[in-house]
Amino acid sequence: MSQELEILLSVVRTGLSYGTVLALIALGYTMVYGIVEMINFAHGDLFTFGFFISLMIWNVLSPPTPLPPEWVILILPIVLILTALLTGGLNVAIERVAYRPLRKSSKLAPLITAVGMSFALQSLFAYIWGGTTVNYPRFIPTTNLIAGLISETNLVKFTPRDILLLVVTIPLMIGLMYFVGRTRMGKAMRASAQDREAAGMVGINVNRIIAITFFIGGALAGVAGTIYGLYFGQGRFIMGFEFGLFAFTSAVLGGVGNIGGAVLGAYIIGMVQASSDFYVGGEWSRVIIFSLLILMLVFRPSGLLGSTQSVEKV
Amino acid sequence: MTSQISSAKSLLASAGAGWNGFMTAVGDGWNKIPRWAQILLVIVVIVVVPPISTSLERATNFGLLGQLNRALIYVALALGLNIVVGFTGLLDLGYAAFFAIGAYAFGIMTWPTHGLMFSFFVAIWICALVAAFFGMLVGAPTLRLRGDYLAIVTLAFGEIIPTLVRNFKEITIQIGGWTLIKDFNLTNGPLGINPLGKPDFGMVEEVFSLPSGTLAPGVNPNFWYFMAVALVLLVLFVSKRLEFSRLGRAWRAIREDETAAGFMGINVVRVKLLSFAIGASFSGLAGAVFASNLGSITPDAFRFQVSIFLLIIVILSGAGSVWGVLIGGVFITIFDGVFLAQILPAIFPNSDVQNLRWVFFGVGLIVIMLLRPQGLFAPAQRTRQKPAVSAKG
Amino acid sequence: MSRKTLLEARGVSKRFGGLTAVNTLDYTLMEGMIASIIGPNGAGKTTFFNVVTGYYTPTTGTVFFDGKPISGLKPHQLTRVGIGRTFQTIRLFNNLSALENVLVGMHHHLQSNWWNDILKPAKTRREELGAEYQARSLLEYVGLAGSEHEMAKSLPYGYQRRLEIARALATNPKLLLLDEPTAGMNPNETGEMTAFIKGLRDALGLTILLIEHDMQVVMTISDKVTVLDYGQKISEGLPYEIQNDDRVIEAYLGKRALEVLRKNDRK
Repeated sequence: MSQELEILLSVVRTGLSYGTVLALIALGYTMVYGIVEMINFAHGDLFTFGFFISLMIWNVLSPPTPLPPEWVILILPIVLILTALLTGGLNVAIERVAYRPLRKSSKLAPLITAVGMSFALQSLFAYIWGGTTVNYPRFIPTTNLIAGLISETNLVKFTPRDILLLVVTIPLMIGLMYFVGRTRMGKAMRASAQDREAAGMVGINVNRIIAITFFIGGALAGVAGTIYGLYFGQGRFIMGFEFGLFAFTSAVLGGVGNIGGAVLGAYIIGMVQASSDFYVGGEWSRVIIFSLLILMLVFRPSGLLGSTQSVEKV
Repeated sequence: MTSQISSAKSLLASAGAGWNGFMTAVGDGWNKIPRWAQILLVIVVIVVVPPISTSLERATNFGLLGQLNRALIYVALALGLNIVVGFTGLLDLGYAAFFAIGAYAFGIMTWPTHGLMFSFFVAIWICALVAAFFGMLVGAPTLRLRGDYLAIVTLAFGEIIPTLVRNFKEITIQIGGWTLIKDFNLTNGPLGINPLGKPDFGMVEEVFSLPSGTLAPGVNPNFWYFMAVALVLLVLFVSKRLEFSRLGRAWRAIREDETAAGFMGINVVRVKLLSFAIGASFSGLAGAVFASNLGSITPDAFRFQVSIFLLIIVILSGAGSVWGVLIGGVFITIFDGVFLAQILPAIFPNSDVQNLRWVFFGVGLIVIMLLRPQGLFAPAQRTRQKPAVSAKG
Repeated sequence: MSRKTLLEARGVSKRFGGLTAVNTLDYTLMEGMIASIIGPNGAGKTTFFNVVTGYYTPTTGTVFFDGKPISGLKPHQLTRVGIGRTFQTIRLFNNLSALENVLVGMHHHLQSNWWNDILKPAKTRREELGAEYQARSLLEYVGLAGSEHEMAKSLPYGYQRRLEIARALATNPKLLLLDEPTAGMNPNETGEMTAFIKGLRDALGLTILLIEHDMQVVMTISDKVTVLDYGQKISEGLPYEIQNDDRVIEAYLGKRALEVLRKNDRK
């Protein structure tokens, strides 16, 4: 295998892993936007919260590094579930306290509140866990399982971390699609997204649906944060800001409100991020992705797969 | 539990009403004073500040005049943001980018390494124009977007522009085989640029036969205080003139109902772009003054926190109220610079209280939106506005 | 007496995806007329207004105003050409005073540019004074004298409707489109509004096109009534002609009711 191809595959692998994390976050953005028509600015910070909270849970449990198999099978799921519950719960609380009272106000009020919330959360994280990079313990080894199989160099990898990523996130995403597409609750969610007033009139408890949506979105973001820590090994208080905006770009790319679109968009943006990190380097990934966001909103606001909401002023 | 909540609510309501009453009383009192007395009062206040702060300084060592200068710069910026957010109702989350453009435009024009060496008095106006241009550039993609998407686009620009500034250290432009520009250092990247140009009073010195350099302001806080005051007065003047003018009405109509405004004959595209342009031009001026005062600028002065801080000033003070933003801007910036940044860390020396500053402001935004969205420092919702013509004809 | 055609729609359709809101509509309005468009809810009346005022571009067909084609022009351009309107749900500038609402209506024929606004030379001051005088007169004309400085949102409902009309009048229109001007009014207020609308034509020479549900109003002042249903014109003519048109009765009350009515007529 040529070196260029190996490098490409390595970039693809990074891109897919970014994409997976972004997808989990983007799903939260798009689902919430679909129902309450607001951009939950603080959503990215739930991702950060998941990272740090899972770290704290691990600290309490004092696991050995790397995790022995029993821990992976028994404790890791518990940590994931606990983080998901806490992050989801936080999101529900945020909605209840800061967003719900303003639902009827001007369009800008909930947005300004969300900005304030995001800012407050970020700064709180910096205060509690510091402003510098925080290391996540190397719980899952990075041994290259396909070493020597494809080539002599160690460029193309497939590690236990990749297995973890797949095992956790694919069932989650499938589960979510099934939940939204096939269950009664999911149908209620889709109905509320299409027409909140009408949904209320046919007996759907819209407030509860909104709370559930926020919970699911938050939980996904929390899982994303944990996975990110396990996979990439480090994080900072501000990671949610950047990843959040990238995830939002993914949601817009796929079509706001469109669940499949969010996942597709996330993988595309993940690839863009990985490629740009590698081939261009430095801070240009941000410039490229943010420019993409602006271009999307100007030229194709409905996204690739079509949006359920209007982005333009009607 | 509910009874406690409702008594808390009524307490807040009466506090709010009391505050309203206070603000209205102050406003009414002010309006009763004849014009000449108002102007005299303002001049007196402006002039006594430096000596008062110097004497306070001996007691407290907070760098009060410097804090006030910083506050005045932020007020000028906030008044610019007020045009976009307060008058026109467009949520701009990346406003610090225009501040950066103003400052860096000034820097590029007066950095010895580039050798352009514009005069301060010429450069500041060019900075205003450059910033206005960029204002339109940022505004143009947002014209058809809903409020929240507009905000995101401005945020994206707010991130892109400082990032570009940080990275324009070695610009190389190649087309095909031709190298047009190689390794051009525009902004010196993360290190920032210095020294920067100062106002040159050489001609005045000649007229009064003073030795060259006597009137050089350097970083003299008194000089820069008066410069900042002049800046704020200019920006205040323009804001007040525009507020109730034809353009100001058009801006506010767009804020209230953009579609209806279009039906009433307002060219919404043009008026929105003007809002971005004029708002940004204030930052251009403020950026230039800021840069010249410090004599050096780095990209760090224009991060996202600055955008949010400016937004906080506007929202907390009362978006759309020029006087509110003036008072609120001074108060909030000094509160932040003196109390939060200096007094608080002195009381709690161990913890990282710096970060709590931002938590405080973030929570402040939320609380204001929930409890008092019209802001703290705006005169109580006016049902009577000063007519251009009095009832007596 | 020959009047010129002020507004003409030829074969105008407006489709939104699969929904056809207006279906090949031909419509003519002569100068100085008061005309009404009526029809059940969802018939396409407001959509037609939105096409005429430039908010929508017609999917097919053309609209002419004063002989010139206007389809594709934006709302603010059409206001300048002389088309003014009010809205089905009141769309005032809530946090502006009544006076300022009317002044906004005058925006496009005031001349001062933004630098004039800042520097306020004598001509701008004169222009603003004149504008304010005109605005006050308009407020007086609609019966809102004394409420100049009230916030639009704190005005009672009836006053708000009047303010909307004052604002529309401020744009100096030749053609005034009123979308359900008497909605939510009691019979007294409706009578006043009806007389007022007639006055707009008689005293000010405006051409008026109404969307109305109140048949009393429609029959009293309309020179011409057009009935839309499912986006199509199903009847047009003088008020009393429309009242007895079977198709109209069926559209409003349904086939069954029509049958019952006709059966009773025959008795």
